Amino acid sequence: MEDTVKVVEREMAYRAVAWNEPIIYQLSRSGRRGSMVSRPDEKVNATVGHVLSKIPEKLRRKSLPKLPELSEPEVVRHYIRLSQQNYGVDSGISVGVGTCTMKYSPKVNEALVRSPKLAEIHPLQDEETVQGALEIMYRLGKWLCEISGMDEFSMQPRGGAHAVLTNARIIRKYHELKGELDQRNEMITTVLSHPCNGAAPAATGFKVITLYPDETGIPNVEALKAAVSKHTAGLMMTNPYDTGVFDKNIVKYIKIIHEAGGLAAIDQANANSILGRLRIGDVGADLCHFNLHKSFSTPHGSAGPGSAPIGVKKELSKFLPVPVVAYDGTKYYLDYNRPHTIGKTAGFYGVIPNVVRAYAWIMSMGEEGLKETSEVAVVNNNYLIQKLLKIRGVTLPWNESHPRRLQEARFSLQKMKEETGIGVDGLNRRIVDFGIQRCFLAHEPPIVPEPFTPEPPESNSKEDLDQFAWAIQRISDEAYSTPEIVLNAPHNCAITEVDSSPSKDPKKWALTWRAYLKKHG
Amino acid sequence: MGGKVGLKGTDGKEIIQKARELGATQASPARAVEALQRLLPLKVEFELITYPFDMGEEEAIHCGFEPKVVGRIQQGATSAADTRAAAKEMLSLHVDLILFVGGDGTARDVYESVGKSIPALGVPAGVKIHSGVFGVNPGKAGELAAKFLRGETKLQDAEVMDVDEEAFRIGRLSAKLYGYLRVPYEEELIQSAKGGSSTILDEKMSQQTIADYVVELMEEDWYYVLGPGTTVKAVADRLGATKTLLGVDVVHGGKTVASDVNEEQLLRLIEGRKVKIIVSPIGQQGFIFGRGNQQISPKIIRKVGVENIWVIATRNKLSSIQVGRPFLVDTGEEDVNKMLSGYRRIITGYKEEVVAKVAA
Repeated sequence: MEDTVKVVEREMAYRAVAWNEPIIYQLSRSGRRGSMVSRPDEKVNATVGHVLSKIPEKLRRKSLPKLPELSEPEVVRHYIRLSQQNYGVDSGISVGVGTCTMKYSPKVNEALVRSPKLAEIHPLQDEETVQGALEIMYRLGKWLCEISGMDEFSMQPRGGAHAVLTNARIIRKYHELKGELDQRNEMITTVLSHPCNGAAPAATGFKVITLYPDETGIPNVEALKAAVSKHTAGLMMTNPYDTGVFDKNIVKYIKIIHEAGGLAAIDQANANSILGRLRIGDVGADLCHFNLHKSFSTPHGSAGPGSAPIGVKKELSKFLPVPVVAYDGTKYYLDYNRPHTIGKTAGFYGVIPNVVRAYAWIMSMGEEGLKETSEVAVVNNNYLIQKLLKIRGVTLPWNESHPRRLQEARFSLQKMKEETGIGVDGLNRRIVDFGIQRCFLAHEPPIVPEPFTPEPPESNSKEDLDQFAWAIQRISDEAYSTPEIVLNAPHNCAITEVDSSPSKDPKKWALTWRAYLKKHG
Repeated sequence: MGGKVGLKGTDGKEIIQKARELGATQASPARAVEALQRLLPLKVEFELITYPFDMGEEEAIHCGFEPKVVGRIQQGATSAADTRAAAKEMLSLHVDLILFVGGDGTARDVYESVGKSIPALGVPAGVKIHSGVFGVNPGKAGELAAKFLRGETKLQDAEVMDVDEEAFRIGRLSAKLYGYLRVPYEEELIQSAKGGSSTILDEKMSQQTIADYVVELMEEDWYYVLGPGTTVKAVADRLGATKTLLGVDVVHGGKTVASDVNEEQLLRLIEGRKVKIIVSPIGQQGFIFGRGNQQISPKIIRKVGVENIWVIATRNKLSSIQVGRPFLVDTGEEDVNKMLSGYRRIITGYKEEVVAKVAA
């Protein structure tokens, strides 16, 4: 009881820092410097010559760069203030951010990757000098095989969508080698899979056929049969889904696809709930991928750098992107000698820090730890579901068919919207007033109206879950009694309204100060 | 008003009289109030103009509005003619939105009076709701009207459909697509994967991607029977061929060879030729056959063959017909319905298809 009171006091006391900080260029005053470097001694000058003399004439600037001119304290203050307005996993809970699997990134792994031994590696260094990094990449690949039931992994892809695209390209190459690519120009996906499962094959030249869920929340096997033909190249889908539902028809789907001569690539972004329990390779998948920044604890990095290794069955190993990290019995090396490879899909050979973090995390967990991870993640989620379903206005679509979910659940605020006029837009504007990260909604066009998708990975404490549930309850209470508070939120944040229209208008958007000045004068 | 007492609609004066004798009360007033209540928060920001007594005045006052009342009616004895007069009056007053309460019949009256010249939105209160111009329920219609007034909506064409009541009452089902009203809709915002938000492809752009793909698939020596609706029209537009919005036309070699044909003309045209039928679901319930395109009769479907039918629909259309609900067919012949039923591939974009359920 006492704890709950403290939680409420803390949430209600939250006030974001609001500096109204200008762009650093606007703080610039001509002539200001961080520090003045004294001129070299005459004798040094005579011996060494001018510092710029070694730079070829062609490369020398004709005019000084337009950098902002500030004193050191001004620079420090500016960036400290911006950092104070930042919000991330180190600031508060992100239980609302489903599909991302926002689990804790242990600080000890940060210390590991910051070691100069790792941080100062150059990607073009001789292989002999980076045996440690290569060994970790190689062994991580082996462990991911063990976890997934696949035969070989590549660390090349830099994110989930990149991984799915790479898998689509492997499927394409597979059929091309068999001489059937012209005939097999269709890929099947499901609408509740991550949209990259449809976009990747489209970008690879396939026609995409999408299956919709029936009233039970998963597609009917008959729907797949209607989509399959001699034109089928394969199936690309996410399982478990972002709705937290495991598509139990997957064994049948894969059988049908294989019988038709196609391949099955199953997106494992939501593997957190099945680690140590189900191996997608055993279910029949020919390809898969993991997001290291999801199930394997590496930081999310806000649009990069990410790492999403792909796994394949041995028949498809020959198509993996180069280089593949290989071992010849005495040393590790980068193997480019793969005649059937789809080619190079990314710069250099991988995001080593994320590979190391994931490797360290798996090592610290061990087999038992992985099993405990998935167990606690699912328990956390179902605990949260029970709490949220007690809240007025919140419903869980396909509740009858799937009362229990795996790693996350997609709720609907449609009822609250109809009864109070407040939906997920209001939810997200108000929840930040309590110092809590806003909720992820959904990827796809409204299959679930007014959707929000929380996901509480195993690193969340019971207090974290109670805190999140408290916030949703609070917002529901406000929506049904004093809706203006929600409608006019946020009240406690640095900025109230964000006008995103310039980001959609080529005449207004600007990614550099120079572009901004040009377009806005 | 006729629904609850088992009569099929209330178009004629005699039917209304009969309905009242059977104890029917009007559902419209309550629905109107439900919708208007959603507009109350904006009360001071807009002018509510309405017709006298139970054609709007009473409901508006009941809600707490102070409406401007125009027009003259005979209280308690209103008809379609009054609806049309009211719509025309609103048009002449240059209102921003006509909010009407009723069913398909009312929608048709409004359409025949103002066409697409002014935005309109229906509050559902009728037995027959085939048209796509209505909000899902009175509350949502009111909300949508409020959003429209706040400038938070876009406009799109929505079908005005009406079942022929005389035919319906003697057991024959026949529906017509009368035209389109300009109806507000809320842009659905979806959150992209890692923060930020974006709007989904709008209806027109979606239709164009479908048209691009269909035209690519068309072959010189085939005849294409094009059904009614804006999505199919987009295909004809892409070809540069003329197309009636509400009728069935035939194109061949990229050119229109017949416009607004009936079943007989169609039968003659398709005889001995390679034919494909291109149709799009019509109306709020998503009928692929049986509403608005009866010219494409079971006989024709049989001759052409189910495998030569292309169904096209935007993802928007798919969403507006609730997820999990099938598209419908009602050709009049059970075995043709059966042939068309099951899981079908529907073209939803350029090299994009969806497997949807079709049921009779």
